[in-house]
Amino acid sequence: MSILEVKNLSFSYPDKKILEDVSFEVEEGDFVCIVGTNGTGKSTLLKLILNILKPDSGEIKIKNIPSKQFDKYEEIAYVSQKATGFNKSFPATVREVVSAGLYSKTGMFHFNRAKDKKAVERAIERVGLTEYADKMIGKLSGGQQQRVFVAKALVNDPDMIFLDEPTVGIDIKAVDSICCLLGELNTAGITVIMVTHDISSVLYHSNKVLMLSEDGKANMTDSKTFNSETVMSHLHHNHNKEG
Amino acid sequence: MDILSYDFMQRALIVAVLISIITPLIGNIIVLKRLSSVGDALSHSGLAGVAIGLFLGANPIISAVIFSIIAALAIEGIRRSFSAYSEIATAVVLSFGVGIAAVFSGKVPNAANFNTFLFGSIVSISEFEMYVAAVLSIVVIITILILYRELFYITFDEEGAALSGVPVKTVNFIFTILTAIVVSVAARTVGSLVISSLMIIPVACSMIISKSYFTNTILSVVFAFIFTISGLFVSVVYDLKPGGTIVLIGIAVLIILIPFRRK
Repeated sequence: MSILEVKNLSFSYPDKKILEDVSFEVEEGDFVCIVGTNGTGKSTLLKLILNILKPDSGEIKIKNIPSKQFDKYEEIAYVSQKATGFNKSFPATVREVVSAGLYSKTGMFHFNRAKDKKAVERAIERVGLTEYADKMIGKLSGGQQQRVFVAKALVNDPDMIFLDEPTVGIDIKAVDSICCLLGELNTAGITVIMVTHDISSVLYHSNKVLMLSEDGKANMTDSKTFNSETVMSHLHHNHNKEG
Repeated sequence: MDILSYDFMQRALIVAVLISIITPLIGNIIVLKRLSSVGDALSHSGLAGVAIGLFLGANPIISAVIFSIIAALAIEGIRRSFSAYSEIATAVVLSFGVGIAAVFSGKVPNAANFNTFLFGSIVSISEFEMYVAAVLSIVVIITILILYRELFYITFDEEGAALSGVPVKTVNFIFTILTAIVVSVAARTVGSLVISSLMIIPVACSMIISKSYFTNTILSVVFAFIFTISGLFVSVVYDLKPGGTIVLIGIAVLIILIPFRRK
């Protein structure tokens, strides 16, 4: 069943065309990696899907609901590229940060109850940080901090999780660990849509790849047919065009 | 404890306790948002409100509240116009406040009364002002408690908060109004020139030893309470200005705590 539909989507910034007539579908349980060179609109595409930006034209449906009308934010989660750019001396524990994720479900005028606390502990456990729950988030490693933001995204038991470059700025061991975690979540039934530069995660964990090119077009392929040769030919094509 | 038998001291003590609760509650957010200079800009604008209030024969605390709110909104407006240099906004509003205060301070009928707002005066708190301070403080405390989760989320990650459905603009607007109220209420006791110190020093002390956002909030109130009450008594006993005394006690404690800062 299709969980996300994008039809004829176009978007431009005042000085540059970013996406042109982009169409693709994501099925329930997919693990989609969005790849492309810098400036091809990978993060922009996520922001359009999440209604943070408005498209010039086209249609986006999440769970068959037009994205403009979609308000079940507790069913989807987003880990922003800026997530780990927070103030490292901010005095907040892992538990406090993960609890903040409950807001999209509970809204205003809500005091956390026993079941909310249980959801927080479960989300922390799912990302393997139970022993760090009372630690200040700024004291953790980059990979652990990224796990905290994944836990915050998971606290409402979403069906779908969007991640924007979750492996940027963390060491290779932590990259592997985050990718394995996302693979486990996907196996547990969560649809994962991730913008990434990391080709290994594309090859080992995803089942679909959405490749964005500099002419604003997008091409969805099966990750089994996607290999480094495809990437190189894509980059080479773009490089020749730039030249 | 004889000094507590005086009415003015009882009033001062009540207002001091309220201030020691509300200033760090606001200061906590201001410090963590890295907007420490906003307190200075608003307190100087509040001073302009005091001068105009005294000039017009109106209650100076109420005119300070109104002026501080206008200044807080002006900071937000100017910040949008200079998004890449947002600190310009606080400097412009601070300068404007000082300018207005300086111009009208020479025109107020009772210059001594105006001076009590500069460095604070415990003897000058009237019964009416105590009630105004009490009502406004209760409004601030209840609002901060209700918006605790929203303020935490916005302060930690404004974009993430907006995406989770937190009404960021509304909460920021309410917080701006609360800041203006706190600055104005505190002006009488600790003085406009040291309010921002009272917002920031207790938070700085608590950040050294706290292990979570919650404990940081509680500890900053505890520190502010200790500084305010001890400063108030020391200032009465030794005939010193209360605002300066409170701040100096806070600075002394901060210096003692700095070596214990966790790496």
